[in-house]
Amino acid sequence: MNPTSIAAQFTTALFLAAVSPTFAADKPTDPQIAHIAYTAGVIDIKAAELALATSKNDDVREFATGMLNDHKAVNDMALALVGKLGVTPEDNDISKSLVAGADAKATELKALSGPAFDKAYMQNEVAYHKAVNAAVADALIPSANNAELKALLETGLKMFQGHQLHAEMVAAELP
Amino acid sequence: MWSCSARAGVTFAFAVVALSPLAQAHEPQQVVIHKLVFTAPDITMHVGNVVEWVNTDAMAHTARSKPDAPGGKWDTLLPPKTTVKQQMNTAGVFEYDCRFHPNMKGRITVLTK
Repeated sequence: MNPTSIAAQFTTALFLAAVSPTFAADKPTDPQIAHIAYTAGVIDIKAAELALATSKNDDVREFATGMLNDHKAVNDMALALVGKLGVTPEDNDISKSLVAGADAKATELKALSGPAFDKAYMQNEVAYHKAVNAAVADALIPSANNAELKALLETGLKMFQGHQLHAEMVAAELP
Repeated sequence: MWSCSARAGVTFAFAVVALSPLAQAHEPQQVVIHKLVFTAPDITMHVGNVVEWVNTDAMAHTARSKPDAPGGKWDTLLPPKTTVKQQMNTAGVFEYDCRFHPNMKGRITVLTK
């Protein structure tokens, strides 16, 4: 197994490890769910910004631009919703674990360039969206109490599932 | 030939209900995109008719044919909160998806006049 594949699996495992034990013991509250979902979006926005600063591959750059715009759009919707509901997103151990994992991945990606970067970035995008989709579907949506928050998570899930398919297509066509 | 214009989502909802696939085939047929779904996923029209893509989402989508589509492939960019018109000039069955979110799918059947 090559290093980038191991790294991608590590990211997936990290996300699931961050989410599952806490949820098994105690369901997250809506303010915590809002923070986790928003943080997951910010992480992918930062990864997209790194890709746009590094990659010269047109398909990778188009994918990254899509991630930037889509996650910003959904996070803006999330901010509008929490404002409307009077909810203050609450930082929590899951969000902190996600950020720590993303920082480690960013350090790894910043050491790469050219086709090696493109491959590692796209593999991570596949793995990251797969992990986020599982967490949103199996943990965040079932735990959400507010109907509007649940609906926004469901819309987000459709979008993330689309991103996963798009990432798989781009990754498969890399030279 | 495409054209874009921003409109209100409520208007589109009523317009979709009012149009039946072939009863008003000379009118543009709307495909409203809402929450990452092509809400009229299977429509039928005639050669020369226009499909009106109404993107009510906050994110961009595309309507992308298969590579082997009759008359050549197409991939129409649908920016957020816009309406884009696309004239269908070739008969055939066109399966399409969104390039950015390939889990969004639909079909247009274009009949000869």
